[in-house]
This record gives sequence, C-alpha cells and structure tokens, in this order.
Amino acid sequence: MRTFTSMLLGIVVAAFAASATAGELTIATVNNGHMIEMQKLTDRFEADHPGITVNWVTLEEGILRQRVTTDITTKGGQFDVMTIGMYEAPIWGERGWLEELVFDDEYNVDDILPAMRGGLSANGKLYAAPFYGESSMIMYRKDLVEAAGMTMPDNPTWGHVADVAAALHDPDAGTYGICLRGKPGWGDNMAFITTMANSFGARWFDENWMPQLDSAAWHHAVSFYVDLLNNYGPPGSSANSFNEILALFNEGRCGMWIDATIAASFISDPGQSKVADSVAFAQSPVAVTSRGANWLWAWALAVPAGTQQAEDAKKFIRWATSQAYIELVAEVNGWGAVPTGTRQSTYDNSNFQDAAIFADAELKAILSANPSNSTQEPTPYTGVQFAAIPEFQAIGIAVGQQMSAALAGNVSVAEALEASQIAADREMQKAGYY
Amino acid sequence: MIAGKSKSLNYLRVAAAWTAACVMFFPIFWMILTSFKTELQAISVPPLVVFEPTLENFTVVQERSDYMRYAINSIFTSFGGTLLAMIVAIPAAYAMAFFGGRFTKDILMWMLSTKMLPAVGVLMPIYLIAQKAGLLDTRTALVIIFAMINLPIIVWMLFSYFREIPTEILEASRIDGARLFHELRYIILPLTRGGIVSTALLSIVLCWNEAFWSINLTASDAGTLTALVASYSSPEGLFWAKLSAVSTLSCAPIVVFGWFCQKQLVQGLTFGAVK
Repeated sequence: MRTFTSMLLGIVVAAFAASATAGELTIATVNNGHMIEMQKLTDRFEADHPGITVNWVTLEEGILRQRVTTDITTKGGQFDVMTIGMYEAPIWGERGWLEELVFDDEYNVDDILPAMRGGLSANGKLYAAPFYGESSMIMYRKDLVEAAGMTMPDNPTWGHVADVAAALHDPDAGTYGICLRGKPGWGDNMAFITTMANSFGARWFDENWMPQLDSAAWHHAVSFYVDLLNNYGPPGSSANSFNEILALFNEGRCGMWIDATIAASFISDPGQSKVADSVAFAQSPVAVTSRGANWLWAWALAVPAGTQQAEDAKKFIRWATSQAYIELVAEVNGWGAVPTGTRQSTYDNSNFQDAAIFADAELKAILSANPSNSTQEPTPYTGVQFAAIPEFQAIGIAVGQQMSAALAGNVSVAEALEASQIAADREMQKAGYY
Repeated sequence: MIAGKSKSLNYLRVAAAWTAACVMFFPIFWMILTSFKTELQAISVPPLVVFEPTLENFTVVQERSDYMRYAINSIFTSFGGTLLAMIVAIPAAYAMAFFGGRFTKDILMWMLSTKMLPAVGVLMPIYLIAQKAGLLDTRTALVIIFAMINLPIIVWMLFSYFREIPTEILEASRIDGARLFHELRYIILPLTRGGIVSTALLSIVLCWNEAFWSINLTASDAGTLTALVASYSSPEGLFWAKLSAVSTLSCAPIVVFGWFCQKQLVQGLTFGAVK
C-alpha cells in the first residue's frame, strides 16, 4: 500500500513538473540550416524579451508531422510554436486548430511575398508566418552544357531539357544527364511529378473531386518522367530524394537537377560543393502549360490553439519572421546565409543580390507559382504540388509508391496509373466526396 | 590425418567467426570513421577511407545540443525502467517457475506475443493515457513504458533461470521453516544472481536503444540519446557526418558499459544453454 501511495505521489509530482512553466516556450522544428541558425540566435530574442525562455525540440520531418498532428488533435499542449508547411497551414487553420496571426504595422505583413501569404492563409486569415520559402527550378552545370554545345534558355520546354540531358549524359565519365526525385512520398517524388503533370495539362481531381490519374495527360507526363530518368538518370533513381541528389550534384555527378530552390544555396557553396563555381539556374520546364510547373512551399511558424503561451509564442514568431531577423542573420553570417523566399525586401536588397547568385531565379520561380490556379483545367482544390485536402497525404503516398515502382521497372506506367486511380478513388469515396 | 582435418576445421571456424564479427562491426566502424569526416568527404564517391580527420562534427554537436541532459535522461530511464521491470518480473517468474499450473506456458507465450505487436499500433492509446496523467515529456513515462515493453523478455529469462534450481532445495528450506520472503532472499536470488544480473544488463541495453517511445513521448525535457540522434536527420541539407558524430557519442556509453559487463552478460545468456 505504501509503495502504491509512493508511486501515485511520484506520478502527481511528475505531472506538476510536466505542466508548462509560464514564459517558457517549447518550439518544434526540423533540422535544417536556417532553423539551426534560428536556434543559435535565440539568446538575442530572450535578451529582448525578458521573462521568456525558449526550448527547442528538433525532429526529423516525418516525425515532426506525426508529432505535431498528434499533439494538435489530442490537445497535448507539448508545443507552443510549431514548424508546419504550406500543406497543413490552411487545413488546420480552417479547422480552428491554429491561432490566427495578426501583426502590427511595423512587422510589415505586406512585405511577405503574396504567394507565401496566400498559401499559409485560409478564409483570408493568416495562420502561419513563413520562415523560409521555396519554389522549384532547374539547376545545371553550365560548363558541361557549354562543352556539349548546348544552351539552356531561361524558360525551357521539357523537350529541350530531354535533349540537354541526352547531350550531358556520360555515365562512363561518372556524369548523368539529369537527376530527379524518385523516392516514394507525397513530399518526395510526388511533389516533383505533380509539377511535371501540371505542366503536361494534368490535374489530381476534376471539379467533382473525381480523381483524374487515368487521364492521357498523366500518362504522357509519367511516361516522359520514367523514360527521361531511365535513359539519362543515375542508377537507383527510385531511391533518390533531395539529399541523395544533393550529394550526387555536389560530387559533380549530375548535369542537371530540378528541385527546391533552397538547393541553390548548397550547390553554390564551395564549402559543400565541388562544382560550386559552375552552376547556373533556369525556370522549371514547361510542356503544354506553364501553370503549376514549379512548386511552392514554405516552412512556417504557427501557434496551436489551446497553448497557454499564445501571446509569448506570437512574440517569438513576430521576431523570427521579421525583416529585422533577416538583417540580424546577415549581420552575423552574411547575406548569403539569410532565410530566403519570404519577403520582397530581401530580394530588393543589393547586398543579398550580390551574395546570392540564385536570387533572381528563385524570386521569379516563387512569384510565378500560384496555388489557386496551378492546372490547365479547373480544379476544386488549392496547392501546386499537392491538393490541400486532408486525404491527399494518404493518396500521395499510395500514388508515390506506384510511380516509384514504375520507375524501377516493376510495373508499367499504365499499370501504375491504373492502381493509383483505384487507390485515389477508394480514398475519396471513403471520405465522402461522392 | 584426423588431427590435421580437425585443425583445418578449427581454422575454418575461426575464419568464419572473424568474418561474421567483421561484417557485424563494419557499420559501427564506418559510423565512427564518418564522424571524423567533413560533410563533403562523407558523401564522397568512391568512399574515402584515408582522409584528414576533423573533430568539427563533435564540436558542432556539443554547441548545438545539450548532450549531457540527453545522456542523463538515457541513464535514468534505462536503469529506472530495468529496476521497475525487475521488481515486477522477479515475483512473476518465481510464481510461474515454482507454482506453475496448466496454463503457465500459455501465459508465458501470450506475454511474449505482446512483443510482436507493432508499437505504433498502441501509440495513440498510450499517448492519450500519458497526456491525461500529465506524463508527456517526463522521464517517469519512459521508465514505465520501458519497464512494460521489456517485461515479457525479462520474465521469460528469469523464468528459465529459476527453473534451473532443483525444487528439492526449496522443499528443504521450507522444512527448515523458510517463508516466501526468505526463500526468495536467501535461496533463489543468490543461486540465480548471474542470471538476474545478465537479464538486467540486457534490459538496460534494450532500454538505452529504444527510440520509438522516446521520440514520440518526449519534447524538450525528457528526450533520450536516441531522440537526439533522430533530430540530426535533415530534410534538406547534408547531415551524414554530424549524424555519425552524434550516433558515436550516443553509442559510446553503452558500448563501454557492455565492454565492462561482457563476462556477466555472456555468462548469463548462455546459462541455460550449457546446462
């Protein structure tokens, strides 16, 4: 009995110990360069805001999604600030799971790029503030392109990209014509394939939410993708995503790479890349339409509804996503290291333009992405490389596995798309869309 | 001729043992090697074996993370979970070994079968229980969970050690007036000390390496070293060298611990086999 009482007492004490301490913020985030820099600069925030201390919880991207989703749906209250993406922000905001963010004039919310603001809002209300944003674009080796006697226009077609890939492809010399994502996942291969499909005139759903994966446009896009990578890509492409290709590109193994604009800062950094001085950039390729040819994404900071520290959490977000924060990073690490893709003022800054050779291409890509109008034919959803509905995550994963199987040669493109259509149809029916 | 054949077989066995050991050790060796490379060297193709080593990754880990806090949490939860599990498992194994019934084997099998349940299957119920009890992000929660998940193996191992004790010894002690506590304290525990120690050591190692619950139930306070390792995976950017450094730092304490206790560990694990 005494033991039981002691245990009970222990649990009660632990419960009190676990409850949130006033002025103590717990922030969940992912491990990438910009986020780590923010953690290092936290003492500046704490110095400016006496009484607030910040605890960081760094998680792998997939685990972060799982943890914040669990926390927010169970009202776990483990986090006061969450790092979420453009997919979650409008869905969660609409459901009342996030606090609306309203900033004063000094914050200059109009300076945030309109595409970013729109993608992180629902019903006209901003639910997450972008910490850094990205689109997608072509990154290529200008030395190899010149040596092959080719050119890369600023807005190439997919046909031209295939020609350049063929000219650069020299596996005996260890260089592959083009590197693209193939690893299954709604945020991995499907992010890229969706932009490609958009450009080929495809869409995920028609106006009545019927999946369209068995359409001719999807078939053309996926066939082109599979042929391109099988002919001119590195071996084992079905296992490659951002980091795997980044390693290949930095080693000088890729002639061309179409992926997140954030990669530009890595491949042009001599400390990380063996080919830093020979990279150049162009806009994502186009097939029948330029709509949705390049994606739009942001890692953003949001406050979960129900946190006891909402006001302090908003103060932190205001600090971390402000123009002043970007200037602070520039002061500490130089303009080449600032978080990009969020504010117009960053791109207007001549110091940034000088430090970041990719600045113009990145801004152009971000400005051209429109989540509300990303397909040739009308759709009922928003989002460029995803459809902003809760069911998309499951559908995207299932379809991504089929695309990866087609790339690996385990199934034909027709079989992969047929299975994808069935999976998407089942999911949408189950969710009651029709 | 026979002696020569036997010698050749012996060499073959030794060679096979060394090959198996090298294959098993290679990933650890590569992890340690990578931890001394730069990020660019870590992704180099072909992989670099000869390079100028750097301690930069270890410095970064020390700067970025409060390693000691995570290490203390790992020590506390591993030893705490093992202690709690032993407190429950010793009486349970005793009862099953000496007062077993028709269904003892079935109960043991059922206990073991719970280990076959994927942890993620019970994530939500356990998360909600921890939340309602105010135990999210506490070491108490991990101690309880670690004890629970290792209980089947601990009970099984202790059961097999206890079964090795001849019942005549216990009967003799009962004739001499020994009661339950005395039987446990003065006969069972001394006779099975080796087995109990090795079971506890194995449990500590299992708790130390547990990642799923540590990652899912902790935030900023109770994270263990496995949660720290997981935090070094990056969605966008090179991280292999730093991940290797933090993995090396996380493995080191338990490897050293295992090295010192290897005699007891092997002795205990082979206890039943040599009988």
